[in-house]
Amino acid sequence: MSRRAVRKFTNALALALSGLATALGLAFLGAILWTLIKNGLAGISTTVFTAMTPPPGGSGGLLNAIYGSAAMTLIGILIGAPIGMLAGTYLAEYGRTTRISAVIRFVNDVLLSAPSIIVGLFIYEVLVVRMGHFSAIAGAVALAVIAMPVTVRTTEDMLNLVPQGMKDASTAMGAYPWRTITNIIYPAARSGIVTGLLLAVARISGETAPLLFTALNNQFWSTDLGAPMANLPVVIFQFALSPYKNWQQLAWSGALLITLAILILSISARLIVSTLTPGGKR
Amino acid sequence: MSSVAAIDPRHAAGQRLRERIFRGATLAAALLVLTLLGGVAVSLTRGAWPAFSHFKLAFLTREIWNPVTDQYGALAPVYGTLVTSLIAMAVAIPISFGIAVFLTELAPVWLKRPVGIAIELLAAVPSIIFGIWGLFVLAPILQRHVQPWLIEWLGPLPGIGRLFQGPPFGIGVLTAGVVLAIMVIPFISAVMRDVFETVPDVLKESGYGLGATTWEVIWKVVVPHSRVGMVGGVMLGLGRALGETMAVTFVIGNAHRVSSSLLAPGTTISASIANEFTEAVGDLYTSSLVALGALLFLITFTVIASARFMLLRLDRRALSSV
Repeated sequence: MSRRAVRKFTNALALALSGLATALGLAFLGAILWTLIKNGLAGISTTVFTAMTPPPGGSGGLLNAIYGSAAMTLIGILIGAPIGMLAGTYLAEYGRTTRISAVIRFVNDVLLSAPSIIVGLFIYEVLVVRMGHFSAIAGAVALAVIAMPVTVRTTEDMLNLVPQGMKDASTAMGAYPWRTITNIIYPAARSGIVTGLLLAVARISGETAPLLFTALNNQFWSTDLGAPMANLPVVIFQFALSPYKNWQQLAWSGALLITLAILILSISARLIVSTLTPGGKR
Repeated sequence: MSSVAAIDPRHAAGQRLRERIFRGATLAAALLVLTLLGGVAVSLTRGAWPAFSHFKLAFLTREIWNPVTDQYGALAPVYGTLVTSLIAMAVAIPISFGIAVFLTELAPVWLKRPVGIAIELLAAVPSIIFGIWGLFVLAPILQRHVQPWLIEWLGPLPGIGRLFQGPPFGIGVLTAGVVLAIMVIPFISAVMRDVFETVPDVLKESGYGLGATTWEVIWKVVVPHSRVGMVGGVMLGLGRALGETMAVTFVIGNAHRVSSSLLAPGTTISASIANEFTEAVGDLYTSSLVALGALLFLITFTVIASARFMLLRLDRRALSSV
């Protein structure tokens, strides 16, 4: 074979392999979604949304787990997001170029990819041990610790997209920075910030590891934040590994519900972003 | 010029006060992020102290893990963590590279966005879903179709044959590594795609101008230019793989032993903690699990910090070349 033919062959082979790799990546996503729909849909009925988690062999639903997941995710976001937004505001506006901001940015990036089970252990040490028992509030705080770095990052990125001219115009009118930030910059970056919040919700609503030894689980209906609370991920974990058919079925249904919710959140976050950037406009 | 509005001193003072409060609040929030990392380090070290002071350095080198006699060593989980992550990297790096090449150099414009988003969605799927899928779908497939083949063909070979001994359990170290690979592919390919996009078009066009093929431009222009960023992306994926909990817990088999065969059940640090923490009775048992957590924190912190450091340098270089 001539040198030219070898080069052309290598090129075709490499490019075909890269196409294959992409197909493989998409196939994994497809296979996971297909499995969830096939196994999960069979168990979806109104009972899933109206009944409590059953004892082994009995019939029941996931109501307490769905409620617990929603409640802890909501509280987690209510604690984590405001702190994250304020910190992001500091990084983007007040301390944009200071040395401490560079350190904080770096630490935040590390927290962003830190293993979530470490966060669970941390909250166990500082909250569960002190309180003396597992509780929903400890679970919510663990989720807040995971949501916070996400909001710090997205808030900073989104505030940086606001044109400097708008900030300068506000400052020229005699506005203090806080007024410029709250009246001009936040509204201008609103949809970006909302996107960040959606992504943070998506990130924490499927987290299992940090809840295992903070919120634990609860077979019964409970709205007491000081007591253990059921939640979808831990119920899925417990039920999927059990030998009982009805528990396994509920685990699949729960898995389908939680994945659909997260995918819908992630896709809507991306749709909001695409209306922001000129390239994404149709 | 008499129409200039008079500044009300009380109003001005109120504005200054609000400015100080708001500025202080943002600074306090930013410092909280900083203290959080320190808080994690301190609380883990404190929780792990009883185990470390009781077993001393032997904690790191002993394989034994026996709650009945209260003897604990970290060797098996640390070994499992490292081996599963290595398998994950070996599988994920080439696939992620292929995806990044496809997305930046090959895909037609209309295909780039949907495929890119689909891969990103794979990253949004919660890890427990990977676990349940790995246990009920992937493990049986590997058990029936892949592992018998590995045992038959690679098992008798000298050297690497030791990695493929024993019966095909389905679950085990190898399966955990494959599930981890699927989980980190979106992270590694996203970073690689982003660094490939920072390569100036002029460089690529010069390559094509000299008559290079697409692959030659990728391998000899794009890759050398993005080397640091690529390594950063890989390290980021490694950080994820090392600390991943739920997906591994489902498929690794949870056996506290070091086995030379990749087909045997094992355990990882995070899987041990997830499985045993709520059932751990006795201070030493709990403390040993926290000590495992502290080790994991140390390992992942080192990996993630160096990854971020590499990507940091990349950002600066990308900015300076613009």
